Amino acid sequence: MTVQLPIVIILGPLLGAVLAAFTGWFRPRLSHPLVVIGLAISFAAALKLVFIVADAGAQKYWLGGWGPKQGHGVVGIQITVDYLNTLLLAAVSGIALLTSVYTRRLVDTELAGRQRYFYALFSLLVTGLLGITITGDIFNLYVFMEIAALSSYALIAYGRGRAYMAAFNYLIMGTMGACLYLLGVGFIFAKSGTLNIDDVSAIIPALRQSQALFVGFVLILLGAWAKMAFFPFHGWLPNAYAHAPTASAAILAPLATKVAVYTMLRIMFTVYSIDYIIHSPGIQSLALYLSSLAIVIASFFSLTQTNLKKLASYFVLSEIGYMVGGAWLANKPGLTGAMVHVVADAAMTSALFMAIGCIVYRLGQAQLDDLKGVFFKMPVTMAAFVVTMAALIGVPPTCGFFSKWYLIQGAAQAGVWHFIAALLLSSLVKAIILFRIIEIGYNRVPHPAIEGNPAIPRNEAPLSMLIPTVAMSLGLIALGLATNTLVNTIIANAVPTALTQ
Amino acid sequence: MDTIHSFTPVWVILTSSVAALLIALLGRWPNLRESCIFAAAAIKLGLLLSLAPAVLDGKLYEFEVMELLPNVGLAFKVDALGLLFALVSVSLWIPTTIFSMGFLRPLKRHAQTRFFFFFAIAISSAVGVAFSANLLTLFIFYEALSLSTYPLVTHHQDDDAIKGGRKYLTYLLGTSIALALPAMIIVYQQTGSLDFANGGVFADGTSTTLLVVLLVMFLFGFAKAALMPFHAWLPGAMVAPAPVSALLHAVAVVKVGVFSIIRVLTGIFGVDLLANTPSLSTIVCVLAGFTLIVASLIALTQDNIKSRLAYSTIGQLSYIILGVGLATKSGIAGATLHIPMHAFGKITLFLCAGAIYQACGAKCISQMHGIGRKIPLTMTAFFIGSLCVIGLPPTGGFVSKWYLLTGSLNSGQQWAFAVFLTSSLLNAAYFLPFVYKAFFSSPSDEAKWESAKEPPLLTVVPVLITAMGCVLLFFFSGKLYQFADKFVELYVSK
Repeated sequence: MTVQLPIVIILGPLLGAVLAAFTGWFRPRLSHPLVVIGLAISFAAALKLVFIVADAGAQKYWLGGWGPKQGHGVVGIQITVDYLNTLLLAAVSGIALLTSVYTRRLVDTELAGRQRYFYALFSLLVTGLLGITITGDIFNLYVFMEIAALSSYALIAYGRGRAYMAAFNYLIMGTMGACLYLLGVGFIFAKSGTLNIDDVSAIIPALRQSQALFVGFVLILLGAWAKMAFFPFHGWLPNAYAHAPTASAAILAPLATKVAVYTMLRIMFTVYSIDYIIHSPGIQSLALYLSSLAIVIASFFSLTQTNLKKLASYFVLSEIGYMVGGAWLANKPGLTGAMVHVVADAAMTSALFMAIGCIVYRLGQAQLDDLKGVFFKMPVTMAAFVVTMAALIGVPPTCGFFSKWYLIQGAAQAGVWHFIAALLLSSLVKAIILFRIIEIGYNRVPHPAIEGNPAIPRNEAPLSMLIPTVAMSLGLIALGLATNTLVNTIIANAVPTALTQ
Repeated sequence: MDTIHSFTPVWVILTSSVAALLIALLGRWPNLRESCIFAAAAIKLGLLLSLAPAVLDGKLYEFEVMELLPNVGLAFKVDALGLLFALVSVSLWIPTTIFSMGFLRPLKRHAQTRFFFFFAIAISSAVGVAFSANLLTLFIFYEALSLSTYPLVTHHQDDDAIKGGRKYLTYLLGTSIALALPAMIIVYQQTGSLDFANGGVFADGTSTTLLVVLLVMFLFGFAKAALMPFHAWLPGAMVAPAPVSALLHAVAVVKVGVFSIIRVLTGIFGVDLLANTPSLSTIVCVLAGFTLIVASLIALTQDNIKSRLAYSTIGQLSYIILGVGLATKSGIAGATLHIPMHAFGKITLFLCAGAIYQACGAKCISQMHGIGRKIPLTMTAFFIGSLCVIGLPPTGGFVSKWYLLTGSLNSGQQWAFAVFLTSSLLNAAYFLPFVYKAFFSSPSDEAKWESAKEPPLLTVVPVLITAMGCVLLFFFSGKLYQFADKFVELYVSK
């Protein structure tokens, strides 16, 4: 039975999406529970696989039993759960599950009458993201990339006002990214004659001098960068997430970009190899400078924002710089940091957007000036918000601290001081923003406990939103405390052996 | 060296966190809430005292909760220095709580539950710093202390408080994130260890440039120690209510800053490295000596009593850093002793400032002519506190200054002797005239202080307790010296 677990991860949300769309015709109220059940199955399978992988190493699965045959090349599609993606699979399916529970009330108000479409698209998006993460085939990865992208365009376009324009911008950028990726895959296929990641990686060392493979690498890299909104391809992201319905942003912001980062890691370290990265030093220093720039620029822009959702989108941009930079440090602590941060940042961003969603649900908007007194109105939500921001700043013992620790350690080892400076600057900027929000939300109102001041009635978000939010923010601390265990049992094994000696 | 594996240090830290929870729950019943604090403080003190005999016997208590990074855990270790600091913080928590009750209740201050809640968390964090076995654990509690004291500093929630709070966080979080954190990571990357150990963690032959850079990053990174130019948060934080200034900005917060620096200098760099590398020792001494003199000079110019005390604190903190920077046995012993001595003296002064404010609403020294005759108890306590800070017998401050002065003569930095003496004169110059005028000159025309009378018992009693403490420390300084001696024995090899 456990042999089938990898495919269950994808089938859960895929069936959920189909059933949600289908039952939506005659029983719209069934859509939401169906999606939740599908995601729960997926999460259970992913969690079980984390333990299996930690014990027994990578699990491979051939779709339809079309394995390799003697004398023939590989025809079937392989899916793989190994040290590199198992944590991300669990994170994606877990966050999607919590978010699906969380979004019900939001969708009821924001997208009344269209709930079933939303949930079908939601589940399809998660299918795509999980597919990208789990597949062991570079063309299949492209297919899942498009599934995820098409559903996210629609999810964003559901928003009001400028959402159409934002979705259109995203569509242009996303399609360009996908095209570049596909072109790169074409180059690889032309040279190696296979699409299976294991096979390609076995062939590439022999073809190190090949210009075509190098061009393919650069194209794929650019494609992944466009998809993850890495500087300078970042323009689409803040508008897309700020104008999207809050429920869509809650699922897209934490997961979509992280999965794109994972794609980059997969291509860099298992399709190509660490040797290949180290021997293309031009790209390496370029990527590191761009990462620092991404962090610095996003930090400065976040300081000027007046809308909470947009502010959070800029945080997403700066965190992408963390991960890309960590990966391109191409040493053990840096890569460890990047891999820890992919999971940690998915959790942090999810918690952040959940807390913002709660605020938007009650206040109707998320301008910073509207937050006056919000700490008295929604104390529990704001407590979760503060914990989340602390994690983003990197206050120990939250997960953000440890990933940042590894990243800085890696940068110190590689002597890339500008990256350290950028990381620290971003922490400081986030600290400034947190305390700006505390000042507005807590201190800028007459304290209700002082006699004569008006009372501020409590008005928390509904429990179905509050519980996932609080759970997620507490999870950030738990994840932080578990970092060492995860690194020792899983992530350390995902670091290429060339770096561990 | 004997080590005892024990969970007690963790219990000591947790008692006040548990108390914080109870405080939050019992907010509606103030008496019950405050009895909780006293119970917690008593338990905590009892536990600490139960650790003392073994520690004075040269043993160490150790406990590792979990590993956080390879070779670095969330781990606690109780040695003489940590225990001494924890004892001081916790024992002063009791009079401060009595004072807070006397100070906050009659003025009907808002959000008292929040106040006591964060106070208890802050005490937990301070003890956590005291017991940290490595730099990472220390850093975690250091940050927890910054964050938990922010609501206390901004307690009044008016514009001044917000401004002061903003400054407070900018300095403390800014420096710790931008300087101390990267310095710590570089140490870890270089040596693979962050444990405080005799002789430090650096291998022989580590480049001096790197050491100098790291040293400066640490000295400024722990800005709670208020080395110039990162001192401005301390006067800014004086917008806090008097009890907060008293316990946090004379004892817990600022002492955590110097404590961290002592730990880094003795446990990460190592006293031998410091003594054998003149440039390192000189940097510490010059930065501290400069701060010491300049802060004392600025204190002379301050009319607001709390800012005068704040600048005095900045100077006194540098005594401790300078003492350690001398890298001699008696210098370090003097620095260690100066933690409790200055704590008792300064908390007395801050509590008196609060009591004076409560008695007659005066905040400025120039208004206080003749006030001594109206509130003799409070002003006598103030006099004793100032003696302790100046370093005159029969108060504890004399003992620590004695060792500091001896230490400066034994070291390669004899000029420090002159710095200590000059600063003591300046201390006398900014405290004694004020005390004299309060008792002996006649009130000015605007302020006759006719209605002024001693503040309520709950305010006066703690002031008298701490003032008495200053004197008792002088007579029992031998006991305290045992702590300092054990610490020196552990970390200074020659």
